[in-house]
Amino acid sequence: MMASRLQRVSSLMMRQVQQQVRGFHQTSAVASSQLFVHRDDDVDEPFDFTPETLKKAEAVISIYPKGFQASAVIPVLDLAQRQHGWLPISAMHKVAELLKMPRIRVYEVATFYTMFNRKPVGKYFVQVCTNTPCLLCGGDNLLEGVSAKLGIKVGEMTKDKMFSLSEVECLGACVNAPMMMVNDDYYVSTRTQ
Amino acid sequence: MIRLPFRQLLARPATWAALALRAESTTAAAPEPEKVEVFIDGKQVLVNPGTTILQAAAQVGIDIPRFCYHDRLSIAGNCRMCLVEVERSPKPVAACAMPVMKGWKVRTDSDMTRKAREGVMEFLLVNHPLDCPICDQGGECDLQDQSMTFGSDKGRFTDIKYTGKRAVEDKNIGPLVKTIMTRCIQCTRCVRFGSEVAGIEVLGTPGRGNDMQIGTYVEKLFASELSGNVIDLCPVGALTSKPYAFTARPWELRRVESIDVMDAIGSNIVVNTRTGEVMRILPRVNEEVNEEWISDKTRFAYDGLARQRLTEPMMKDESGALKPCDWEEGLFKVAEKLQTVKEGETAAIVGGMVDSEALICLKDLVNKVGGETVCTEEAFPLEGAGTDLRANYVLGSSIVGVEEADLVVFIGTNPRYEAPIFNARVRKAYVHNELRVAVVGTPVDLTYEYDHLGGDAGTLSRLVDGSHPFCATMKASKRPVVVVGSAALQGAGGAGVHAGAVALAASLRASSGCGDGWSVFNVLHRVASQVGALDLGYTPGAAAIRARQPKLLLMLGADEGAVTRTDLPADCFVVYQGHHGDRGAEMADVVLPGGAYTEKTATYVNTEGRPQVAQAALTPPGFAREDWKVLRALSEVAGVTLPYDTAADVRRRLADVAPAFARPEQVEGAGFFAQAAELAKGAPAPAGELRPPQVALKDFYMTDAVSRASRTMAKCVKAAQDDEKSMWKGV
Repeated sequence: MMASRLQRVSSLMMRQVQQQVRGFHQTSAVASSQLFVHRDDDVDEPFDFTPETLKKAEAVISIYPKGFQASAVIPVLDLAQRQHGWLPISAMHKVAELLKMPRIRVYEVATFYTMFNRKPVGKYFVQVCTNTPCLLCGGDNLLEGVSAKLGIKVGEMTKDKMFSLSEVECLGACVNAPMMMVNDDYYVSTRTQ
Repeated sequence: MIRLPFRQLLARPATWAALALRAESTTAAAPEPEKVEVFIDGKQVLVNPGTTILQAAAQVGIDIPRFCYHDRLSIAGNCRMCLVEVERSPKPVAACAMPVMKGWKVRTDSDMTRKAREGVMEFLLVNHPLDCPICDQGGECDLQDQSMTFGSDKGRFTDIKYTGKRAVEDKNIGPLVKTIMTRCIQCTRCVRFGSEVAGIEVLGTPGRGNDMQIGTYVEKLFASELSGNVIDLCPVGALTSKPYAFTARPWELRRVESIDVMDAIGSNIVVNTRTGEVMRILPRVNEEVNEEWISDKTRFAYDGLARQRLTEPMMKDESGALKPCDWEEGLFKVAEKLQTVKEGETAAIVGGMVDSEALICLKDLVNKVGGETVCTEEAFPLEGAGTDLRANYVLGSSIVGVEEADLVVFIGTNPRYEAPIFNARVRKAYVHNELRVAVVGTPVDLTYEYDHLGGDAGTLSRLVDGSHPFCATMKASKRPVVVVGSAALQGAGGAGVHAGAVALAASLRASSGCGDGWSVFNVLHRVASQVGALDLGYTPGAAAIRARQPKLLLMLGADEGAVTRTDLPADCFVVYQGHHGDRGAEMADVVLPGGAYTEKTATYVNTEGRPQVAQAALTPPGFAREDWKVLRALSEVAGVTLPYDTAADVRRRLADVAPAFARPEQVEGAGFFAQAAELAKGAPAPAGELRPPQVALKDFYMTDAVSRASRTMAKCVKAAQDDEKSMWKGV
């Protein structure tokens, strides 16, 4: 009985894995141009630090020794994103200016971390985990369900700009898999209905 | 002030020590550290602590393959090609980044090392296109060579049907560097060059993992005067030369060692030719001059050598138009004038790209017919010691000397565009030696930080009399260098600026106690012929010609318009000898075609006073001839035969006139500093704005007859102008 269950699980896994399989090079060729070369003119997207954000940013900068303010780039980028909802290139430029570092060094950081959204996202940013533990517990079903419910595919935003959907790597809540994250909140042990 | 990447600072404990020591003395010799004994392939080698395995191996002549490691750049350690086996280490280690430890036994040719290299090679090739037959790097490609030497004889990459290889979009970074980013192996040499040597942080590594790419993220010009060097640095064909694209293969090229004349640095170059044409120009290593960098003008202005050339003698006809003639007619016409013009009414003026051999021939010829007015286009103040003392007009502290300096004061110059290689050296000292830089003159972007002391020459007086706030800092300097740009010495205010700078140098000499071996006062020239001409006794500036009103003017490559027709009497007969139909040829009655710098074996003296010999790579086009030969022939026709028949004779004559020529490649120590300072005292007080003529990148590219004729340089000017209007402007 044990063996047959194992077999069932493994065949299920195989099927799911096949659904989820991504060619080693397939995505990059498609994704790279979209992700890592900037084309939009969002340099005109108005962005300036609000006094509150600036105060927080300065608190972060003060942690680091004088002359090493560039170390604060990740938290300051995050502050900029929280203020604006997403991270337009004008915000990256402001961060570079604030931290007295070359713009390209900010671009490098902002493009490295997937949690920096360089495209506009909806008011509710839904991130569904499809890593192994979540996948085994139906993460892909969850993703399909959210996708069907919102009528958008991964990487898209609803027309009313309320929801964006993204498929993410492990968010560290495997114990209650499958999970998803909406803005800063975790939704664990989710079931698709 | 953090000038190095943090990681690099940590990796160089010497820097911290240097910082601490600097206050005391920069000259104190550090105690000799105890050597570490290591064994590379069984060969014993003693090295300083902190030496990497790769460097230690190089000391015993063992070459470890590498892609990302480069001597003159910081260590990245990301290509993994230099993996070697270290005894008792379970895994291979990256030789470029690993400092040796006492007693280590490194094996660079063991099974483990070879297997590691094969593996790295295989991974690199998985994402590298097989387009060697259409790749410009083919034949001089590190990846090609190393895959032959160290790669596996078979590949396991069979996935060509399903997904294909990685493909990366090409970036447009300007008219000089062509990018084929699919070929990139992400060694980041170009990124490190940009941020460390050129000081332009435009290239970076956006993205991550398999999707990481080298690029600028936004479409932007790689706005550097040294950008071409990334082509040499790139170990694969990802960054290649745009003007040279698909024109030649390396094994078809003839390489001739030469000297650059686009600025006064005298960068050592290799001229690559094929079928009588310059195909490209590459740098040649000379640690004392250009290390292994050359400026973009040096590298790319060569297409100007094939345009606007004077290929046959010409003479004005009755209508006043220049018509081709043969050498006989041209020479006889000029000789007739030389014989008929009254003694002392013959004058000569030379431009910035003239070789010393032609300079001495021209001067001797003019002197033989009784003329004394032999001038250069570039002016230099003759008040005080003038050009009598060599210390007055050379960069005596030498280019490599700034690495020992702790303070550089630039006066009225923008070294970034007037001498990009010198600026790169100053930047190197700024980054690694905590060099302090100050500028008197219009503030310009030098790619490093400096103290701006003031925009006008009056600042110099305040620096000398101690009323300037910077004086306290200046006094603390132990090895100061004052560099005056030759542009600031032109015109009426030049004498004041020169005297002010000499006085500043004298006061710094007194306060620093640097001793007589150190040259504080330095002049940074802009043109290649100037120091040679002054050494040979030319009068700087065209004022003497305007005053003399000669009846016969011989112009040798004088294209900057220092003398115009309106300066001369109406019946003055003008002869132009040179290689380009530019401003000089326009006003001439007779034109004699000469050779450009790639077409003659000739000596040039750089701004340090270092004579260097360039070998002829080609023969001059058409009927053009080497300049000294033309002048020698002319002297014979005119009946005042110059007493030398061979190039060797001319060089002996050079050495007779100026002993420096007897010691090519050497910089002669300057002296008589006190006398120069004393003589400069009578000069007027420095005054007036100090604005270098080249302020922005667009001013850099077209500055002489060759670069003005170059289409590549024109494209660069356009690109630099567009970049100023770009919405991504700024770093």
